[in-house]
Amino acid sequence: MSYKYHQFQVVGRGLPTESDENPKIYRMKLWATNEVRAKSKFWYYLRKLKKVKKSNGQMLAINEIFEKNPTTIKNYGIWLRYQSRTGYHNMYKEYRDTTLNGAVEQMYTEMASRHRVRHHCIQVIKTATIPAKLCKRESTKQFHNSKIKFPLVFKKVRPPTRKLKTTYKASRPNLFV
Amino acid sequence: PFKRYVEIGRIALVNYGKDYGKLVVIVDVIDQNRALVDAPDMVRGQMNFKRLTLTDIKIDIKRVPNKKTLIAAMEAADVKNKWENSSWGRKLIVQKKRASLNDFDRFKIMLAKIKKAGVVRQELAKLKKEATA
Repeated sequence: MSYKYHQFQVVGRGLPTESDENPKIYRMKLWATNEVRAKSKFWYYLRKLKKVKKSNGQMLAINEIFEKNPTTIKNYGIWLRYQSRTGYHNMYKEYRDTTLNGAVEQMYTEMASRHRVRHHCIQVIKTATIPAKLCKRESTKQFHNSKIKFPLVFKKVRPPTRKLKTTYKASRPNLFV
Repeated sequence: PFKRYVEIGRIALVNYGKDYGKLVVIVDVIDQNRALVDAPDMVRGQMNFKRLTLTDIKIDIKRVPNKKTLIAAMEAADVKNKWENSSWGRKLIVQKKRASLNDFDRFKIMLAKIKKAGVVRQELAKLKKEATA
């Protein structure tokens, strides 16, 4: 499964000067599509928190963080701050997914579809794996059922490879599962 | 109205993508469109329901079993034999055999078909003679 958003750990500090030989080192976990974007985002956030810019700072490390258990399903809670047409708002959203990157990708696509908020107007404040008892949203809680059972209502009839796709078919497909 | 449900332990056939043609077990449901799916020869992963066709076979497992328990449960329910003896499974085996024939095999099949048609026609001629006589 290839994910669009990767999680990076970025570590940086201001450049050492005569007055400050060992400036404080700051570490941040971000989501970006690639390393270059991650570094740029790091400086963006750090500028808002400390009096340091990319020109008078140095990047110490950037590592990609991979999911520890991509074969287990987890409930992710994501706190975000986004800019709508009328102002900034905070939001808390829940997603069920196997990896954190997948959940973040779901979040971006959902914000774009439900609120027309594009990627650059969203800031991820915090993410956490939520145990099932503490989930708040009904749409995630409805899958917390060890005897879950539901039918698939329509069968999507499609050829097994895109090569076998045809514009016209001889007969109408049978959609009954 | 519905006989085949998405549930933990349902066997499904993959009908699109890299694992086309594999029989997989639905081990857990992620959300409305995706399931966590496992098979004895693949890493446990997620799959969209659009890529799965449910079968009639269901095995008895708890939510997300480990690989050993899964394989043991599949042996206990005898999934492989049930699938290969079902009409759907037999059809798929025949399709695969037909696709893998070489020219000599097709020649042999042609001769066998001609022979079979000849025998059928002889029997038909005998029956017609008895009907008119």
